[in-house]
Amino acid sequence: MNVFGWLDDQLLRMRWLSELVRQLVEQGMGLPVSGPIGGSVHFFIYDTVKIFILLAVLIFAISYVQSHFPPERTRRILGRFTGVRGNVLAALLGTVTPFCSCSSIPLFIGFTSAGLPICVTFSFLISSPLVDLASVILLASIFNWPIAIAYVTVGVVLAVIGGTLISRAGMERHIEPFVFNSPVIQLDESEPRIRERLLFARDQVIDIVRRVWLYILIGVGIGAAIHNWIPGSLINGMLGQDKPWSVPLATLIGVPMYADIFGTLPIAEALVARGVGLGTALAFMMSVTALSLPSIIMLKRVIRVPLLAVFVGIVASGIMLIGFLFNAFAGAFV
Amino acid sequence: MIIKVLGSGCRKCIELADNTRKALDARGQQADIVKVTDFADIAAHGVMSTPALVIDGKLVSVGKVLTVQDVADLLDKVD
Repeated sequence: MNVFGWLDDQLLRMRWLSELVRQLVEQGMGLPVSGPIGGSVHFFIYDTVKIFILLAVLIFAISYVQSHFPPERTRRILGRFTGVRGNVLAALLGTVTPFCSCSSIPLFIGFTSAGLPICVTFSFLISSPLVDLASVILLASIFNWPIAIAYVTVGVVLAVIGGTLISRAGMERHIEPFVFNSPVIQLDESEPRIRERLLFARDQVIDIVRRVWLYILIGVGIGAAIHNWIPGSLINGMLGQDKPWSVPLATLIGVPMYADIFGTLPIAEALVARGVGLGTALAFMMSVTALSLPSIIMLKRVIRVPLLAVFVGIVASGIMLIGFLFNAFAGAFV
Repeated sequence: MIIKVLGSGCRKCIELADNTRKALDARGQQADIVKVTDFADIAAHGVMSTPALVIDGKLVSVGKVLTVQDVADLLDKVD
């Protein structure tokens, strides 16, 4: 018997939960899950519980890891590397650091003012919203590991290329001067004890659950609607695999929206279940989480319009590239 | 006394400002609480993780939502 396959099924995909909810819906409520109402109820309960369990476990684990990388330390580590290695490291660090651009912008300022090269700080700024550990494990849970790993790889490559391009184009003159002139302070870093790290991780879980629970319910609700109510012909007519515009359209729909990765996953999951290309669903997911009106408005206070346009352009075209790649090679993954 | 709460306006910053207000009230102390939300102003304090607390120009805490007790302890130190 394949032990890893079993662990994957039960721990990450939570087959046991799906089965439990199926019995609850069929025997408790008398609704067959093959019908539209029973199916929606099953999807809604199963997905909500699954995402909340994953969210709690993941944020706890990631926050514990994060407590080893406070910003000052991250900055020192980054300062030791030059060239492409610095870029790759910045992109990777972007994956373990905070979840929204309201916290990644102060980091960007702190890194830049300390004299880290623009190519490195932009690699960080691009990868930070694009790839995070939580989305990797969620992708593995809902789809599979090769997809999750491919997603990180493409995201990191994109961040490295994007950072390098922006720096080569000499665009640092479009960064607001205060970013370079901010003071660099060295805080006294007392190494936290294990108990403090655990408390920090617990507080992060509570904070993030309070912030995103509504997005999750809305996301699962939309997912349930896509799953059972919206006609397949309509979905496939707009976003079907044979439609060349499906990836750009999914990206365009996603950009102005702002939601957490946890809210968008059930939508992506339902879209794929209804026959939409994996790349199209990923493009939608990434554009919702990585680019949004609020984060663009925040960025505008730090970088001027030409650079902002290049930044948005790089991230948006990267997302579409990922979409096309995954659609073209989906057969290799699913 | 002037106390600044630095942060781009997320829930954590509001919580920290509330706890600061409560700590001041409990001590019967007067102070102006100023919310600093602009990135340029936040960066001018050299802060990389918000919310942060500045008492009379001195940075006393970063990246934490202090409890009422924490703020009270910090105010003790200032006195």
